[in-house]
Amino acid sequence: MNILDHTLEELHEKLVNGDLTSLQVIEAVYKRIEETEANIGAFLALSKEEALSQARAMDEAGIDPKNILSGLPIGIKDNIVTKGVTTTAASKMLEDFVPVYNATVVEKLTEAGMISVGKLNLDEFAMGGSTENSAFKITRNPWDLSKVPGGSSGGSAAAVAAGQVPASLGSDTGGSIREPAAFTGIVGMKPTYGRVSRYGLIAFGSSLDQIGPFTRTVKDNALVLNAISGHDRRDSTSYEGATPDFTQGIEEGVKGMRIGVPKEYFHEEAKEKGVVESVRAALKKYEELGAEIVEVSLPHSKYGIPAYYIIASSEASSNLQRFDGIRYGYRAKEVNSLEELYVKSRSEGFGLEVKRRIMLGTFSLSAGFYDAHFKKAAQARTLIRQDFEKAFEKVDFLVAPTTTTTAFELGGKIEDPLEMYLADILTVPVNLAGVPAVSIPCGFSNDMPVGMQLIGKHFDEQTLYRAAYAFEQVTDFHKQKPLFKGGK
Amino acid sequence: MSINEETVKHVAKLAKLEFQEETIHGFTKELDQIIQMVEQLEDLDTTGVEGTYHGITHHSVLRKDEAKKEFERDDLFANVKTKQDGFIKVPAIMDNGESGA
Repeated sequence: MNILDHTLEELHEKLVNGDLTSLQVIEAVYKRIEETEANIGAFLALSKEEALSQARAMDEAGIDPKNILSGLPIGIKDNIVTKGVTTTAASKMLEDFVPVYNATVVEKLTEAGMISVGKLNLDEFAMGGSTENSAFKITRNPWDLSKVPGGSSGGSAAAVAAGQVPASLGSDTGGSIREPAAFTGIVGMKPTYGRVSRYGLIAFGSSLDQIGPFTRTVKDNALVLNAISGHDRRDSTSYEGATPDFTQGIEEGVKGMRIGVPKEYFHEEAKEKGVVESVRAALKKYEELGAEIVEVSLPHSKYGIPAYYIIASSEASSNLQRFDGIRYGYRAKEVNSLEELYVKSRSEGFGLEVKRRIMLGTFSLSAGFYDAHFKKAAQARTLIRQDFEKAFEKVDFLVAPTTTTTAFELGGKIEDPLEMYLADILTVPVNLAGVPAVSIPCGFSNDMPVGMQLIGKHFDEQTLYRAAYAFEQVTDFHKQKPLFKGGK
Repeated sequence: MSINEETVKHVAKLAKLEFQEETIHGFTKELDQIIQMVEQLEDLDTTGVEGTYHGITHHSVLRKDEAKKEFERDDLFANVKTKQDGFIKVPAIMDNGESGA
């Protein structure tokens, strides 16, 4: 058995028993990356020397048996700042940007003893659903190399699915953790808004962004979320309430739980029937496990996409004003005035999709359109949030497909931005409502993994992990390995 | 509504972006399709509905505004392209007289 086939929990046991050293684990990671990276292209940068020396130090000091993540590897999405390690957000704008501080999540992982092995590819500034918008490279889906890994956290998902790392961090503004998790057959959690500090996450849509973990198993995911959660004085939107141990009660099962099935999320007329069929089969499993299935309605779901694209783009247009070529980032050459410096630096530094979002956002906030666009979208957001609140009066959590299709072909949607936007239909309402949702593998369609999302009440990730774990125990989708179809 | 190239140029100016003349036609068409999509919201009755502008339902609590040294000045200048005497050097804001204006 390959070292990297083990879960984080198993690896920890081996480190404590002395069956393995942290150095061996980290070396295995880089060996696996060497073997697979030419096909996958998940990483933008590796920090091999630092990681190996950290592992050696960890081994010398002795692995803390109480600290379950100590000495174990993780990959970080490249829109999360890492002190001294180039952080690009996959943009030419930040090609040479070396942060002078660590994101709170990076500090917390370091405290937990985790070792960052490198920075992972994404759609530029996390805008996109295929990772094809990266200014530097594309990332391929380990199940079929002609397909996208999803996005925007495509590198984070592909690296875990390809067995390069047992865990990674991504960020989710409108589905950027859940969609790639679904497309690559792994577990991806978008925590409740506020659960995880956003300090050091390069901002996209500040009222929607959340950082969360990718792993192959549910329990591993809960372990990483344990490490990164909690209030942070540097992010005033971070939650001041207590952080539970997300693994507590994870084995208690779903007997007696009520699962809501939002009818608007089951597109029976969809082209790829295998997705809805897989989720229906999963619901049967839940029934067998003693849960009760209740149909619910989220009537404003269809307004999710328009409301999301207005709000996320408006916030992005404001957040991305900071990239002006002055204090950091790309600076245009041969300019004659300050105004020209701003305009040329931004126009040359940002990619097309980023400019499209800035334009949509600026338009939606501009005089004459604010009421019809931004204000209206904010009202729609209230109605969408209320839909969830009403549903949660009757049920413990919701189950729905994460996406309407399995992973699509590279190049399949990139020329049609509107079609790419519409693909987010099942993921964006969760961000608008601020509730948590985890995508887990629940079947296959066209030989590609299908993801289902479990959506919970605010700050009730525990129920989601418990229910996801119960499903995982009676299925083996998470144990199946990608085939690298079409690989060299 | 549908937008035209003039609107796109106006919005680009607000956003401090510029588009090459030959790409502006295609970009306008694309943006117009996206705007038509988001304007599906017109069908939604939102009379009397308060807008949601934040991601949190709990209250945001401001911490005390206490001065604390967290960064070295030099570190914060690490990513600045042109600096001089502790300042960031940029092109002239006012006409410096050399352009002949």
